[in-house]
Amino acid sequence: MSQVETTATRHVGTSMRRREDHRLLIGAGKFLDDLDFGACYEAAVLRSPYPSARIRSIAVERARQAPGVVAVFTAADLGPILQDLPPKVTHPSLNRQPRYPIAVDAVRYVGEPVAVAVASNRWLAEDALELIEVDYDLRPGVGSTASALAEGAPLVHEASDTNVAVHIVQQSGDPDAALRTAPHVLRDTFVITRGGGHSMEGRAVAARYDRAASQLTVWDATQTPHYVRHMLAALYGMTEDEIRLIAPADIGGGFGPKAQFYGEEALIPWIAMHLGATVKWIEDRWESFISSTMERSQTHRMEIGFDDDGRILVLKDVFEHDQGAYCVGLQVPTITMSTLPGPYKIPNIHSELIACYTNMVPTSSLRGAGRPQAVAATERMVDRIAEHLGLEPSEVRRRNLIQADEFPYAVGLRFRDGSPLTYDSGDYPALLDGALERIDVPAFRTEQAIARREGRFLGLGIGMFVEGSGLGPFEGARVRLTNAGRILVTLAASPQGQGYETVYAQLAADAIGVDIEHVEVRHGDTSTIPFGQGTFASRVTATAGPAVHEACLRLRAELLAAGAVALGVDPDDVTLGGSSVSVAWAPERTVTLQDLAAVSNMGRHGMSVDPRMPVAIEATAYFKPLRAVYTSGIYAAVVDVDVETGMVEVVRSVLGHDCGVVLNPMIVDGQMYGAFAHGIGNALYEEAAYDEDGQPLATSYLDYPLPTAMEVPRPELFHVVSPSPLNSLGVKGAGEGGLIPVPAAIANAVEDALRPFGGRVNRLPLTPARVLAAIQGTTRQ
Amino acid sequence: MKPAPFRYHLPATLQEALELLAELGDDAKVLAGGQSLLPMLGYRLTAPAHLVDIGGLSELRGWELDEAGLRIRAMARQREVELDPDIGLRFPILHAAIAHVAHAQIRNRGTVCGSVAHADPAAELPATMVALGATMVLERSGGRREVPAADFFQFHFTTAIETGELLTEVRIPSPRSGSTGTFLEISHRKGDFALVGVAATVVADGDRVAAARIVCAGVAPTPFVAVAAEQAVVGRVLDDATLLVAQYCASEGMSPTDDFHAEGAYRRQVAGVLVRRSLDVIRSQQGALSA
Amino acid sequence: MPEDPATSSGGCEVIELSFVVNGEPVTLSSDVRVSLAEILRRDLRLTGTHLGCEHGSCGACTVIVDGLAVRSCLMLAAQAQGADVETVEGLARGDELDDLQAAFREHHALQCGFCTSGFLMSLTARLREGPVVSEFQAREALSGNICRCTGYVGLVDAVLSLAADSGKEPLK
Repeated sequence: MSQVETTATRHVGTSMRRREDHRLLIGAGKFLDDLDFGACYEAAVLRSPYPSARIRSIAVERARQAPGVVAVFTAADLGPILQDLPPKVTHPSLNRQPRYPIAVDAVRYVGEPVAVAVASNRWLAEDALELIEVDYDLRPGVGSTASALAEGAPLVHEASDTNVAVHIVQQSGDPDAALRTAPHVLRDTFVITRGGGHSMEGRAVAARYDRAASQLTVWDATQTPHYVRHMLAALYGMTEDEIRLIAPADIGGGFGPKAQFYGEEALIPWIAMHLGATVKWIEDRWESFISSTMERSQTHRMEIGFDDDGRILVLKDVFEHDQGAYCVGLQVPTITMSTLPGPYKIPNIHSELIACYTNMVPTSSLRGAGRPQAVAATERMVDRIAEHLGLEPSEVRRRNLIQADEFPYAVGLRFRDGSPLTYDSGDYPALLDGALERIDVPAFRTEQAIARREGRFLGLGIGMFVEGSGLGPFEGARVRLTNAGRILVTLAASPQGQGYETVYAQLAADAIGVDIEHVEVRHGDTSTIPFGQGTFASRVTATAGPAVHEACLRLRAELLAAGAVALGVDPDDVTLGGSSVSVAWAPERTVTLQDLAAVSNMGRHGMSVDPRMPVAIEATAYFKPLRAVYTSGIYAAVVDVDVETGMVEVVRSVLGHDCGVVLNPMIVDGQMYGAFAHGIGNALYEEAAYDEDGQPLATSYLDYPLPTAMEVPRPELFHVVSPSPLNSLGVKGAGEGGLIPVPAAIANAVEDALRPFGGRVNRLPLTPARVLAAIQGTTRQ
Repeated sequence: MKPAPFRYHLPATLQEALELLAELGDDAKVLAGGQSLLPMLGYRLTAPAHLVDIGGLSELRGWELDEAGLRIRAMARQREVELDPDIGLRFPILHAAIAHVAHAQIRNRGTVCGSVAHADPAAELPATMVALGATMVLERSGGRREVPAADFFQFHFTTAIETGELLTEVRIPSPRSGSTGTFLEISHRKGDFALVGVAATVVADGDRVAAARIVCAGVAPTPFVAVAAEQAVVGRVLDDATLLVAQYCASEGMSPTDDFHAEGAYRRQVAGVLVRRSLDVIRSQQGALSA
Repeated sequence: MPEDPATSSGGCEVIELSFVVNGEPVTLSSDVRVSLAEILRRDLRLTGTHLGCEHGSCGACTVIVDGLAVRSCLMLAAQAQGADVETVEGLARGDELDDLQAAFREHHALQCGFCTSGFLMSLTARLREGPVVSEFQAREALSGNICRCTGYVGLVDAVLSLAADSGKEPLK
């Protein structure tokens, strides 16, 4: 039954059970709010109730007098840190508008921080917020990209004369000419609405300042500890060494929103320094709904030109992206731009982004990060080609796929990392075949025809994608022989449930050749590794993975060299195994790693060592990918649509994935399943609805239906393995692929089911009301 | 999401509770299961100065089931009622409706009377009580009155309960012989409030419908009695044609508003569909009606 | 200096509470506006019970009170007066996982682990009512809790494995 960690040399590729699990299962996890900070103040944040308003005045005196309150801060008290927080990803043509940690003289979305109350506990801090009086001068709000771009629209930022944040065009070939000459051209508009990350743990920050040590310690439930530290050092005018940023050992899910930098992260440590006390702020669910970054909202106007055989000649897409009130980063829409072509050979491409400011929570990366939207446009059009020509959608895909022998394949655009969009490896026909082996299309068509005669409406939909993952600039790992003779692997990135403590122990044990019981993995503490980026964009396996591998190989060489000196033989004559180095031809002559550490790492006070003996046995490696690696996948769904109520049941799901070499199949499959569930949410359930002025309508799980076990079917998984040539392990990212094709495929399947009615479902998610409206030929917004 | 301060009262007797409610008036809210009240306190949508916890009142626990019917007292938990086999047998519609209320963990605390008193227009139990012809027993210090379910629900989250009154009991009359019923619902997820729900009861007389009560949830500020659909089936055999007529006139007089979950038009249409489907379930349960 | 967080909220009436947690009687004073979840986490330092939504929807805070799975965020501590409360910390025997916990590990039923204790407590209560033998039953048993990481596959498999194991046992 239970797989026990063994000393077998090969751990990579096995479904080793997770080291993290035991503490989490017994309730001994170390999530930020589980940590015992001792005496600690708690903060609560007053947030704007209005989508857009000028702040005339804020009166905080009553709040400051309230029981248990130690301080109340507004912009007026925070001069030194009222600095513009730079976007995480920018562009030369960005219409950059300042974003401050706290509202200065205007609010631009419901949820924007206006004041912070610090009290003995959260109850009293929330009581104090009710005593703060803000005089707002209300302005009209902008609740969609359509209204942002409308003639005479209210300006989200009055300092700008437009709501357009950035306008970027990428082209390959001659798309306009190709559209003029293509034998067939289809056009349609696809809308993807807002959705959230909804990690079960919200954001959280705690901080304390040690004046004696000049050390600011910040605990932050973040995906990107080093990034937060850089931001804080810059804001506070401190050196990076004065700030220790700790992402706790356990973080309750990230999914993108925890990879951004927020006002609260700037405010809480500053307040802790100011008060000379420990202060923590725990985002509650209501705050999460109105202040954690969201994603997805885009409107795609797509044109696709093709020949009589269904070969795609040209793809043109102009899309509006909802940036929210401030530009936290442009990564999402720029990823969308280059995800549009997918796995197809398309000679002429026009990809045009119009990102708008709106009076809603800023958008940023969320599992999938701009890709599901692109796929939900292109893959929908591929099905329309099939419909137009009377072909099977799978056949149209087959005719257009990039073939396995065509890699590296240059698409002709640039990816968001700045590198040319050149796919490294893949086998897209194998993905399609894998899905079609599992769903027999001719048999399904027969079943579908019979079901229709019985008044049941089944549909088959496919979605395929190519996902740039494993982004730069670099990621690091530090491997050290501890004084106890153990191997300590230190990662900069902080996991959010991906099992780094297990996977990187597997990798390290194999690379060094030691018993895995002697390997320990720690992560997420800037004091233990100076540089790093973080967990986002399905990048860690493909960046920290090779870094760990390289550092471990170097450490192995050092251990062998030290062992050889200790044993008095040639380095070629020693082997490493278990927790010791031995003489190859006399295995009874052995030295333990602990003994080596005593000599190499501790030494004897003031005594010289053998000049051949390596000292300070550790190795640090940073891997910088040349460019992104490209994960790919397919999802095929069979749905059963109740045409009287609009309810959609997903009755069959096949999910195929190619993330190159798989390090731990159990964990990778777990990533697939989890991402898939999020995709089901985006396809059918989740919508962070706003009214036209920008007032949020879904601020609890009663109105934002996160899928439960009753809504998420079990997908049948299969893997195709196309190792990446761009890193030593052949790995690619695995965290998002299970999500990316799901909304597109389900929409295709629903439309297939509704073909007798000619119903179009162009707006996600496919709520019962939208599906019923499609059947009746009315359009529901 | 922490509640504003309040004073907590744990009366030991019903009399004490009623006196407290009389004394505290509008400043007090009753705490029973707390499954609707506590989220509202956390969001600070309401901030009563006093909570009167009736959880300690043994006289308000449980229910009576006898010839006359079912009397569900104020602290009877939804899950207890749901799991009682005798109630399930006598009132299958009640069993079906409760099973749609959130999840077991909520129903373990939530009370039937609490859901009725909360009067969420998309909740299952108010519509069910109207369909079952229930009577609400309201007690106050020195007084008591009974209000039929049809008059009890007045608007969104608004009932006939007056300041100082406590809903101590819901009385459901014994169904007439030949009666059966069901509850159907469309919701985003299992356990969500209804986009549309239908509670339907039918009394058979031979192969014909002697009486029907068809009530929709989620389509109006209060449970909506689909009078036209009832009229369409009374005196008739439940054949397919009758069911279709009931479907298409179910929404007569119904004017649900649009919200971001669904337009009113959706709710009208689906209400009709669920009326037809519930009658279909009823005729399959009641062999005589399907003749 | 700030007060220790393991104190009552202040600004509110304080009452004395006695109840049993994982078999141990506890007595403490609590502000009346504090939930059972917060008392467990702050005063008793039983931080395995997590708050995911504080409005009764996510299930992360599920504990067992008098034998029934309930949301500890939707229960005032005052309402637990005299109750028998079981939390995730009471499941394992020392360092040894119970069958359900072991099945979670074996079937990768957790990733970030934040929601895990709520699932364990919901399922513990459910399994005491009788075995879960079908995938539908398993999904229904899981449906009162939300997990954003696993897609529920490992959770379903973990629950079903217990039925499979108990079915196998007589053969041995």
